[in-house]
Amino acid sequence: MKILVAVKRVVDHNVRIRVRPDGTGVETTGVRMSMNPFCKHAVEAAVQMAEAGHTEEVVIVSIGPKPANDVILTALAMGAHRGVLIETDQALETLAIAKLLAKVVDEEKPDLVLLGKQAVDDDSNHVGQMLAALTDRPQATFASAIKLAGDELEVTREVDSGRETIAIPLPAIVTADLRLNTPRNAALPMVMKARAKPLAIRPASELGVDLAPRLKVEKVSPPAERSAGRAVNSVAELAAIIADDVNAMEAI
Amino acid sequence: MSVLLLAELDNGALSASTARVAAAAAQLGPVDLLVAGPRAAADQAATIAGIAKVIHAKEAVLADGLATLLAGLAEAYTVIAAAASTTGKDVMPRLAAKLDVQPVTDIVAIEGATRFVRPIYAGNALETVTDLQAKHVLTFRPSAFRPAASGNAAPIEALDADIVSAARFIAAHRTESDIPDLSTAQIVVGGGVSVGSAEGFKLVEALGRTLGAAIGATRAAVDAGYAPNDWQVGQTGKIIAPDLYIAVGISGALQHLAGIQGAKKIIAINTDAEAPIVKIADVALIGDLFDILPKLTAELEKSGLKR
Ligand SMILES: Cc1cc2nc3c(=O)[nH]c(=O)nc-3n(C[C@H](O)[C@H](O)[C@H](O)COP(=O)(O)OP(=O)(O)OC[C@H]3O[C@@H](n4cnc5c(N)ncnc54)[C@H](O)[C@@H]3O)c2cc1C
Repeated sequence: MKILVAVKRVVDHNVRIRVRPDGTGVETTGVRMSMNPFCKHAVEAAVQMAEAGHTEEVVIVSIGPKPANDVILTALAMGAHRGVLIETDQALETLAIAKLLAKVVDEEKPDLVLLGKQAVDDDSNHVGQMLAALTDRPQATFASAIKLAGDELEVTREVDSGRETIAIPLPAIVTADLRLNTPRNAALPMVMKARAKPLAIRPASELGVDLAPRLKVEKVSPPAERSAGRAVNSVAELAAIIADDVNAMEAI
Repeated sequence: MSVLLLAELDNGALSASTARVAAAAAQLGPVDLLVAGPRAAADQAATIAGIAKVIHAKEAVLADGLATLLAGLAEAYTVIAAAASTTGKDVMPRLAAKLDVQPVTDIVAIEGATRFVRPIYAGNALETVTDLQAKHVLTFRPSAFRPAASGNAAPIEALDADIVSAARFIAAHRTESDIPDLSTAQIVVGGGVSVGSAEGFKLVEALGRTLGAAIGATRAAVDAGYAPNDWQVGQTGKIIAPDLYIAVGISGALQHLAGIQGAKKIIAINTDAEAPIVKIADVALIGDLFDILPKLTAELEKSGLKR
């Protein structure tokens, strides 16, 4: 089996982001970047399947500017075999990303494509599902467990009502949730070894996909600030506040 | 603009968020509501104000089947919409790609027929976009909209399409409880990992029961096995907008705050006066939850709440 994992370089999830005062977007210059956490779980799942002998090759693909090489290297250090950077400096919408990935799927013909369920920058949660549509493959999103059963995958998904298990035939698309596994931190020798692994770079413009945006971003603004209220000193005081609030609520 | 809205179902029953997304959709034009489930759900859907027609289809829960069903109906509509629930998130991007449409999802405000606001970066920024496409695929955050009224009697049209799916449903592992639905609850009590055990989490649940509240949890509490995954509130969990949120032993990490920005009032109970949640809470009590919760629950029990 061959697995393709798509990974995204984003503002590190620990960074407190700042909206640019002119409303054109979120400040990303001089900000720490790293692999989107959800993508890390997808890479870990692929590497674990390789270690279990289910997979011969794990290919990593990222779409973004040249520094996105860093997140591919992180994935290679975690144990993936080879990387492809689809290089573009343009900020792309999720549909364009999915179309580029569909081209890569067409060339690489993986049995399984793993992605993070969402990226912590735009929080879209689109690309896996869109790629599944464009490649006409079944999908299992928000995976918290994946089991290979013959030529099927049994995937447990985290959903609003709890969890559910579905079976999908391969080839398929799966998106990872955070409880799927615990991603490893690659040890230094692995990081050194990753630099020797193949990493191809291809301009996005070469793939013959219309990358023009469909949406116009009018502005990006900060949310309403909340500020600290008051401190109370006793349980009795707090109970009185809660009781007043609850009794004043109109029933819906 | 004509709107086709996918009704949100929970285990075959119409969920409370359907009336909320119906209210959002109705701002864009007359709404036809697709109910892919039991007839009783379609009957209930027909009572939602603003619905022109209910389309009743066979039960479907898997993304590929639902996306194909919606795609088959899409031609007659300008807008195809759903709730930003796990179903909507699963189905609508798949549908959008089938239709060659860039979707706009997680909409929290409608500023015009094609102008929408959606949170990005875990709600630390709001993006306003204009959708320039001829067809629109949208999802709305139920908690951001007030529910449509009832009392309607919309006609119900049966759709006899067979729904095929390459995926196969094996089993649901539902969290069964009689507490209110988290995403639409008026009061939510949330617990963090500092409760220390599933037993400790019961203190949070007891306070919730007294208040008739839904129960939320942090990712850390869910990861530790103290609470089920569908109680998680935040960037990767549920988004809530209660009138009152009581955060017990929760630090207020930005990914958790992402889920509670719509709360009208936040009360924090925490040992650490410097915790981020305390900095944004309307009321804070600094102290040990193991000491405070039993007393608070008892005091509220005594006070005879009107609920
Ligand atoms: C990509 C990503 C997505 C995430 N998504 C989510 C999400 O959706 N939801 C979410 O919640 N988290 C999410 N997280 C995790 C988040 O970053 C935090 O780790 C988590 O919210 C912390 O949970 P906590 O407040 O229970 O624990 P902690 O941060 O450990 O805080 C415990 C708090 O309890 C207080 N405390 C300790 N003992 C007591 C006591 N006896 N009495 C009273 N107070 C006490 C402490 O002062 C502290 O404030 C995500 C993280 C990542 C990277």
